[in-house]
Amino acid sequence: MTNLKLALTDSITMLRRDIRHAVSYPSVTISGFMVPVIMLLLFDGVFGRTLRAGLTGTLAGHGYVSYLVPGVLVMAAGGVAEATAVTVNTDMSEGLITRFKVMAIWRPAVLAGQVAGGMLRTVLTGAAVLAVAAGLGFSPSPDALSWLAALGLLMLLGFALSWLTVAFGLFARNPAGANSLALIPLFLPFVSSAFVPPGNMPAGVAEFAAYEPFTPIIDTFRGLLAGGPVGVHAVAAVAWCAGIAAVSFGWAVRLYNRDPRQAG
Amino acid sequence: MRFQPSAPALPARPTTSVKAAIKATGLTKSFGGQQAVRDLHLSVPAGNVLALIGPNGSGKTTTVRMLSTLLAPDSGRAMVAGHDVTSEGQAVRAAIGVTGQFSAVDGLLTGRQNLVLMARLHHLSPAERQSRVGDQLDRFDLTDAADKPVAIYSGGMRRRLDLAMTLMTRPEVVFLDEPTTGLDPRGRQALWQIVRELATDGVTVLLTTQYLEEADRLADRVALLEHGRLIAEGTPAELKARAPGGHVRLSFANEAAASGASALLPGAYRADDGMSLVLPSDNSVAGLRSLLDRLQAAAVPVTRVSAQPADLDDVFFALTGDER
Repeated sequence: MTNLKLALTDSITMLRRDIRHAVSYPSVTISGFMVPVIMLLLFDGVFGRTLRAGLTGTLAGHGYVSYLVPGVLVMAAGGVAEATAVTVNTDMSEGLITRFKVMAIWRPAVLAGQVAGGMLRTVLTGAAVLAVAAGLGFSPSPDALSWLAALGLLMLLGFALSWLTVAFGLFARNPAGANSLALIPLFLPFVSSAFVPPGNMPAGVAEFAAYEPFTPIIDTFRGLLAGGPVGVHAVAAVAWCAGIAAVSFGWAVRLYNRDPRQAG
Repeated sequence: MRFQPSAPALPARPTTSVKAAIKATGLTKSFGGQQAVRDLHLSVPAGNVLALIGPNGSGKTTTVRMLSTLLAPDSGRAMVAGHDVTSEGQAVRAAIGVTGQFSAVDGLLTGRQNLVLMARLHHLSPAERQSRVGDQLDRFDLTDAADKPVAIYSGGMRRRLDLAMTLMTRPEVVFLDEPTTGLDPRGRQALWQIVRELATDGVTVLLTTQYLEEADRLADRVALLEHGRLIAEGTPAELKARAPGGHVRLSFANEAAASGASALLPGAYRADDGMSLVLPSDNSVAGLRSLLDRLQAAAVPVTRVSAQPADLDDVFFALTGDER
């Protein structure tokens, strides 16, 4: 078997395992879908009227739900990635990763399978968010190309966050530790343009929000879904995702290949 | 009458004519300045069972990890199934099966799904996959629980599944790191049976254990490790010949009597129940008599005496000089 075929076959086997988990434990899968949907309902239904009052210009044109959706999409990706960190860490502590490491398989297959599974869940969760948002009056009007670009960005975001949380999972000493680390990408969108424009935030916080990675990503989604211009945001968004993915991939592979911790 | 050279005893299994399935030369590994394995030399002929014995921290697990390509040695060389563990890791991995101290199973899958996962990772064809999975479920007595999630399996069932996964294909060399830890007596018997079957099948087995009895029953050869160093290696019989004869076990009516006797007999150690003493002995009648005379003279009543031939415990403690 060639290396490429081995890599593909083994990664698909691992992805299959990940999907099998999701199917066997639907409650875990469903709660993964529910969290962003609840965020959407909460922010639109409870805070929406007040928050919309703070929006100005074209942003205020549509309902608050239109402003909200891109941020919730990003949080959905963060929620999926959080679960990835815990799964990888559990595999570590249960010795499964050690078992895979002594088999003649493509070594990073278990990590690649997790990342592929994470991307798949990100896209499905994103679709659920859009469906519920449509019910709340969200009526995006992009052309086919923009839809495709939005899908691509969501997958790229899922890819980057999955590699990051795979590394968290390998790095943490136990599942609880992995979970805490994974809260960072989950909560970072709060201090971005997800719910309110950074311009309305106090100085300092506003600067942070303007330059943190999720702001250009959210602004790109906003542009794509509203059918507006994306330009400079898109470049920054793709650069952030690629950068996070590259650094996390390197980190994850190094953690994966390191010597087992304990002597004996 | 012509001079006949004495015929060499027939070995139970070939030990010299067959290539070594595991060969380690000068293996060394340190963790943060602490030497876990020092200059280890091992040679296990194909089809043999080697037991690696030693207390916790003696380097057993580190040795298994180096031989199974999980850990890179600091120095030295190891060949497993004819391949170098450092430079030909993938070839080594293709030839081995490894079971660690804890059952490495996927708790979110069923037993069958775990085995199917292994079959896929071994790249078996769908037909082979189905028949192998069925065989393993049968062989490891898991057919009834096959479609239940592993999360509800008992410890013994998890262990059996773990082994079934390791032995999915027929590896040339199997590493079992403390395979009976946490098993009840029945589970231990079942595992011993599996090791014997592997040996019969010509599979080379390296197992680590803290139980000398286990090594005695299963292994063709035994290697004793202490502080990462190999202190003795040989067949169980050869090693037992190095112990000073055997031991005597004295039982007392109460702890006070046991303590009194302990003060009289410097070489003795207290057995686990606190009411018996075990001491090295040549098991001669004269020796036993003088021992009992001394106790009687001191008015320490003994309730029972048993003299035992040397076992691997005696060897181990004779060689390590450890207080038991």
